[in-house]
Amino acid sequence: MVLIRRFEEKAGQLYGLGLIGGFCHLYIGQEAVAVGIQSALTPGKDSVITGYRDHGHMLAYGIDPNVIMAELTGRGAGISHGKGGSMHMFSVEHKFYGGHGIVGAQVSLGAGLGFAHKYNDDGGVCVAYFGDGASNQGQVYESFNMAELWKLPIIFVIENNQYAMGTSVNRSSAEDQLYRRGESFRIPGIQVNGMDVLAVRGATEEALKWVQAGKGPILLEMKTYRYRGHSMSDPAKYRSREEVQEMRDKSDPIEGAKAYLLKAGVSEDEIKKMDQDIRKIVSEAADFAESSPEPDAAELYTDVLVEQY
Amino acid sequence: MGIEIKMPALSPTMEEGTLSKWLVKEGDEVKSGDILAEIETDKATMEFEAVDEGKIGKIMIAEGTDGVKVGTVIATMAGEDGAEEAPAKAAPVAEKPAANAEAEAPKKAESGTAKLATEAKALVSDPAIPEGTEYVKITVREALRDAMAEEMRSDDRVFVMGEEVAEYQGAYKVTQGLLAEFGPRRVIDTPITEYGFAGVGTGAAMGGLRPVIEFMTFNFAMQAIDHIINSAAKTNYMSGGQMRCPIVFRGPNGAASRVGAQHSQNYAPWYASVPGLIVIAPYDAADAKGLLKAAIRCADPVVFLENELLYGRTFDIPKIDDYVLPIGKARIVREGKDVTLVSYSIGVGLALEAAETLAGEGIDAEVIDLRTLRPLDTATVLESLKKTNRIVVVEEGWPTCSIASEIAAVVMEQCFDDLDAPVLRVTNEDVPLPYAANLEKAALIDASRVVVAAKKVCYR
Ligand SMILES: Cc1ncc(C[n+]2csc(CCOP(=O)(O)OP(=O)(O)O)c2C)c(N)n1
Ligand SMILES: [Mg+2]
Repeated sequence: MVLIRRFEEKAGQLYGLGLIGGFCHLYIGQEAVAVGIQSALTPGKDSVITGYRDHGHMLAYGIDPNVIMAELTGRGAGISHGKGGSMHMFSVEHKFYGGHGIVGAQVSLGAGLGFAHKYNDDGGVCVAYFGDGASNQGQVYESFNMAELWKLPIIFVIENNQYAMGTSVNRSSAEDQLYRRGESFRIPGIQVNGMDVLAVRGATEEALKWVQAGKGPILLEMKTYRYRGHSMSDPAKYRSREEVQEMRDKSDPIEGAKAYLLKAGVSEDEIKKMDQDIRKIVSEAADFAESSPEPDAAELYTDVLVEQY
Repeated sequence: MGIEIKMPALSPTMEEGTLSKWLVKEGDEVKSGDILAEIETDKATMEFEAVDEGKIGKIMIAEGTDGVKVGTVIATMAGEDGAEEAPAKAAPVAEKPAANAEAEAPKKAESGTAKLATEAKALVSDPAIPEGTEYVKITVREALRDAMAEEMRSDDRVFVMGEEVAEYQGAYKVTQGLLAEFGPRRVIDTPITEYGFAGVGTGAAMGGLRPVIEFMTFNFAMQAIDHIINSAAKTNYMSGGQMRCPIVFRGPNGAASRVGAQHSQNYAPWYASVPGLIVIAPYDAADAKGLLKAAIRCADPVVFLENELLYGRTFDIPKIDDYVLPIGKARIVREGKDVTLVSYSIGVGLALEAAETLAGEGIDAEVIDLRTLRPLDTATVLESLKKTNRIVVVEEGWPTCSIASEIAAVVMEQCFDDLDAPVLRVTNEDVPLPYAANLEKAALIDASRVVVAAKKVCYR
C-alpha cells in the first residue's frame, strides 16, 4: 500500500513537471482495495481487469514499478512501449487484462474472462473492478445477467469511492447501496470497508469460496475514497476540504495497516525501514522513467495488426 | 537542504497559469495534503497540494502573478529530516538542489497536439455578415455556451443533458453558467449512461422537445451510436415524414493531448456517411455559435462535432443579435488562385497556416472551411477547383473512408477535367493514436505536411 501511495505521489509530481501527459488518475486513498483483494488471489491462475485508475492494481500484482512509470512518461521501455499511457496498460503474463479507458467496458470484458476460465475449466476466477459511476452503465447489467445465468466464475468489485468525477453516488444512483445492484439477477452482494485491508482480504476469501464452489458470480462493494482529484485537472469543487481531511485523518488505509502491524509486534523502526526502501524503489522507477528513451519512431506502425496481409 | 517547489502543470493543456493565492507563508510547517496555493489554469482554479512534510523556505513568486510558466520555481522548502533521506525525498513537484536545477531539469515532453491548434484566423469573413458590423473577441467555448443560452432563452423546449453539464459546469466548461440561469429542469446531469441518455434525449425529441445532448467526448458516444443512427437518423424516413427527431448531439471530437487511442478519434466520417443526419464541425467561434444555434433550431437530428483543442482559442465574432448561420454551406476563409486547400474543424487552422507559408513561396492558396459535412457543400469546393485546378484536403483523422476520400471521389466524378494534378489527402497516419509524445507528434497532421502536399500538386 505504501508503494502504491509513494508511486502515485511521484506520478503526480512528474505530471506537474510535464513528464506525464494527458489524463492521470491516481489511486491514493484506495490502496487497501487492490492490495487486500490481490493478497487473496492465486497469481498465474486468477485474472484481473479494471478501468483507467490502474497503476495501483498493477503494483499490487507485483508488476515492475519501472515499466509502469516508464509507460506513464511515454517511453519505449514502458509496459505498452509507450503506446498505451496511464489508462491503457496490460500484462498478460500477470493475467492483468488492463487498463481500459471506456467507463464500464471492463465489466463485460471481465465476464468474458470469467467465461474463458469456465470454458477452459482452469479453476481461475476473474476479478472485474469498476467504479460507482461505472455501475450505472447498461452493459454492467447485461453482463450481470449472463454471468449469473451461466454461473461464470467472476467477482464483480465496485470500488465505491463515492464520486464519479464531480458526481456523488446519490446524485447518480437510484439505488445507492451498490452491493444490492445484483439482486434482481440473484447475484449476492457484500458491502465492505474498503479502507481496511484486512476486511477487504476477509471478504475476498469469502467471495472466492462462493465462486470457486461453482455458485456463480458475487458482488463486492468496497466503500473507499479517493483523496486526489478525479484526474489531474479536477478543481474538486464538489466536495469540501474538510470531507477529504476527515477521511485522511480517520480512515486512512495505510495508517490502519500500520496500527495492525504495530499491534502484531512489528517495530516502528522496521516500518520506517520499509518506508525508506519503498521511497528508494519509487525514486529509482522515476529515474528510470525519466532517463529511458522515447519509443523508436518505427513503433508508430507496429502492433496495429498481428499478421501481415 | 533546499527543495524547489515548481509551478505544476495541472491539466493536459496547461502551459502557464496564475498563482492566485498562497495559503502558506514562509516558515510554515506543512504536511502531505496541505494546500500550498491556489493556481488558476486554462480551465479552472485548482488547489495545489503538498506531497510531503517540510518547512516552507522562501516564496519566490508573489500571489497574483499571471503567466507563471510551468516549471518555474515558485518557492523553496526544507525537508523534514532532509539530509538523511535526501535522494528519495518526495517534495511537491521538484526535488533537485537549487544550484544545478536548470541543467538537470528533465525534458518536458511536447505533445503532438501542440502544433494542431493554431491561432490562424480567417482572412475572409462570412458573406452573411453585413459590412461595417462590429466584432467582439470570444473563445470557442464561450461561443458555444452563448448559442445554447440564447436558444434556451427563446425556446422553452430546448434543454441540455449530459454528464457533468450542470453542477460541475461541464467537463470542459462549455456549459458554464447554464445551471444558474436555467435551473435543474433544463440543465440536467446524467449518470454515466450514454446509451441510456442518448435514448432518453431521442425519445424526448420525438415527444416534441428540443434536446441538446452533450457527450463528454464523442469517444463515449460510441456507447450511444445505436440511438444516434438507428433511432434518431431513421425516424423521419421510416414514419413517412410523420415523426420528427429534432435533437443535437454535441461534444468534443478528434485528437486531444496525450490521452491515447481510446480518447482521440475523429468520428466525422462515421456520422457523415449516414443518411438522415446533419453533421456539423465548425472551426472558429463565430461559426461555432451561428451553426450551433442553427442546429438547435433544425428539425432534423444533428451531430455537432467540436474540438477540445479549440475551446480555449479566441476569435472575433460579429456583434449581431441572433447570429444564425445556414447549415450546409462551406465558407472560403482565404482567397487564392493557385491551389485549393479544403478542410474542416481543427484542420482549417493548419490549412490557413500552410497558406501563409505558401504565400511566402509564391503560391497563392485558397482555403475552404467545409463547416457542414453532411450535406456536403460540394458546389463551393468545385467552384474553387475550377479556378485553381489543384486541390489538397486536410483532415485531422484517418485517411481510409475519410471526408478527404469523399471529396476526392466527388471531384473526380464531377470535375475530372478541371484537375491539373491528382487530389492529395493530408491526414493522420493510419494507426490508433499512440500516447508517447514523439509518436503522437508523428501520427498527427501539421502545417508543414500541408505545405509539402500543396507544393506537390503545384509541381513545385
Ligand atoms: C463511456 C465513458 N463515458 C465517460 C467517460 C469519462 N469518464 C472517465 S472516468 C469517469 C468517471 C467514472 O467514475 P467511477 O466509475 O466512479 O470511477 P472512479 O473514477 O471514481 O474510479 C468519466 C465520466 C469515459 N471514460 N467513458
Ligand atoms: Mg468513483
